[in-house]
Amino acid sequence: MTSETKAGLKLVAPPALYAVLLLAAPLATVLIYSVLTGDKGKVGLPVTLDNYYDLFKMKGGQNLLSYIAAGMPSEDPTASLWARFRDGVSDAIYIVIMGRSLVISMLVTFATVALAYPIAYFVSFHVRPERKSLWLFLITIPFWTSYIIRVALWRTILGYNGIVDNFLTAIGLEPANILANGVAAITITLAHAFAPFAVLPIFVSLEKVDRSLLEAGQDLGESRWSTFLRVTLPLTMPGVIAAVLIVFIPTVGDYVTPKLIGGGQVPMIANLMETEMLTKRDQAMGSAIAVAAMSIVAVISIIFVVWNRRYIGGKK
Amino acid sequence: MKKGQGLRGYAILYLLFLYGPIIILPMFAFNDSKVVSFPLSGFTTQWFGEMWADQNLREALGRSLIIALCTATLSTTLGVFAARASVRYKFPGKTGIMGLIMLPLVLPDIIVAMALLVVLLSIGIPLSLMTIIMGHILLCTPFAVAILSSAFQSLDKSLEEAALDLGETPWSTFRLIILPLVMPGIMASFLICFTISIDEFVVANFLGSGKPVLSSYIFGQFRFPAKVPAMLALGTILVAFSILLLTIAEYFRRRGIAKAGGNDTGGFL
Repeated sequence: MTSETKAGLKLVAPPALYAVLLLAAPLATVLIYSVLTGDKGKVGLPVTLDNYYDLFKMKGGQNLLSYIAAGMPSEDPTASLWARFRDGVSDAIYIVIMGRSLVISMLVTFATVALAYPIAYFVSFHVRPERKSLWLFLITIPFWTSYIIRVALWRTILGYNGIVDNFLTAIGLEPANILANGVAAITITLAHAFAPFAVLPIFVSLEKVDRSLLEAGQDLGESRWSTFLRVTLPLTMPGVIAAVLIVFIPTVGDYVTPKLIGGGQVPMIANLMETEMLTKRDQAMGSAIAVAAMSIVAVISIIFVVWNRRYIGGKK
Repeated sequence: MKKGQGLRGYAILYLLFLYGPIIILPMFAFNDSKVVSFPLSGFTTQWFGEMWADQNLREALGRSLIIALCTATLSTTLGVFAARASVRYKFPGKTGIMGLIMLPLVLPDIIVAMALLVVLLSIGIPLSLMTIIMGHILLCTPFAVAILSSAFQSLDKSLEEAALDLGETPWSTFRLIILPLVMPGIMASFLICFTISIDEFVVANFLGSGKPVLSSYIFGQFRFPAKVPAMLALGTILVAFSILLLTIAEYFRRRGIAKAGGNDTGGFL
C-alpha cells in the first residue's frame, strides 16, 4: 500500500466510520428485523417471512395471496376474475398505500422533470454566462426555506376558497378545490418541493453539450426542433436520468406532505411506517415495510436505468 | 431569438410557481384576520407579537439552535475529511465509501430516521437533542461534501507541492495553504448545514425526546387553525433568515472559487 493510499484512507476514515456506524449498521438492522418476529416494542426469534406475507393482509383478516391461491372466491358468482382481483387488491390496505405512494412519486417525477427541463435549457442556452449562477441561486432558494411552512402554504393556495379557487371564480369558472383531491394536491406540493433537484442535474448535462454539434446539425439542414430532438436531448439524457432518480427515490418516502396536505386521509409509505413502528410498536413489521418499499423503488430505478442505458454508455 | 423569448416567459412563470408560497407567506403573516384566506382584511403585527410571547416557541427555538450549531460544525468537519480524501487521493473502495457517505441525499428521510431509531431503542440510548444531532449529521454531511468538494477541486495542486518542497510538513501545509483557500467553502458548508438542520422535521420528530424543536413545534401548531397566523409570522422570519444565510453562503462560495482561480459552474449541489 503506497503512502498516498494510506493517507487517503486515513483521511476518509472519520466520515466513513460515522456513516458505517450510524447509517450502514442501522440499515442492516432494519433488514434483519424485517425477518424476525415482532411483539410490542420487541423483536425476537423465530426467523420468519411472516412480515412480508402480512404485507398482503386484507381487511377482515384474509390475505391477498391466499385469496388468490384459493381462486379468489366471491359472494357474487357473476363477477369476472379481474373484478374479483381488483376487489381483493383494494382490500389489501398495505398494497393500496404502497401502490399509491409509487403512483404519486411517478406523477411527481414526471411533472418535476418535464417542468424543469425547459428552465434548465433556458439558463444554459439563453442566459449570459456571468448571470447563470444568479439564476441557479434563484431557483434553489425556495428549496432551502422551511419545508413545513411551504407545504402548509400550499394548503392555502389549493384549498377551498384558496388562491387558485379565487382566481378561477374571478375568470368565471367553477372553483376546483384541488385540496379535496388528496393525490393531486400532494403531487403539486411535492413537485414544487423537489424542483431544484431536477433542474440542477439537467443544467449540468446541458452545459456539457458541445455547442458546435448543434451548429453542425443545423448546417446539415436539420431544423432547430429536430436538432434538439436528435442531438441535445440524447446528449442530456444522463442529466434527465439523474434528475428522475433523485426526485423519484426520496418522494416515495415523503412523510410531511401526505400528513399536512392530505390531512392524513391519503397516507403514503412513510405514514404507514410510522403507524407500525410507533403506534403499533411492531418494529419487525415496520422494518418489513421499509425494506419492501426500498426494494421496489430500487428495482424500478434499475429498470429505468437499464431501459435508458444506451444514453449513459454512449458518450465516453 | 424568438424561441429565447418564449423560454424567458416560461422561466418567469416557473419562478412565480417556485416563489408562490414565499410571496404569499408575508401577506398572511401581516393580515388582520384569523382566517388564512383571501381577500386580505387589513394590516397588523399582532401575530408577530403573539409568536414572540409564546414561551414554548422560544424554548423550541433554543433547542433548534443548539442542534443546528452542533450539526453544522460536525457535518462540515466530516465533510472536510471526506471531500479532501475524495478529491486528492485514490484509495481502494473509494466509490463505495463515498457512495455510503452521500447515500442520505437520495434516501427518504423517514428511512434514515427509522433505521437509527430502531438501533437506538435496541441498545437503550434514550432520545435527546444528542440523538437528533446524530441524525442531522447524517443528512447534512452529503451537502457539506458536495460544497467542499468543489472548493477542494478548484485548488491548485502546485501550491501544495511548493509548500512541501519548501520544507513544510503535510499538516502545516494543510493549515497554512489549503485551509485558508478553502475557508470560503467551509463557511458556505457551515451555513447550508445550519439551514438544513433548523428546517429539518422528520428526523427531529422521530429521534426527539418529545420536547419539540422549532420544526416539530410548527408542525404541531398547524393542527390548531387559531395558531396558524402566528406560525406564518414565524415562517416569515424563518424564510427571511434562511434567505439571508443562503445569500451569505453563496457569497462565500463564489469568493472561494474566485480566490482559487476556478470557473464558477454555478449553484450548490
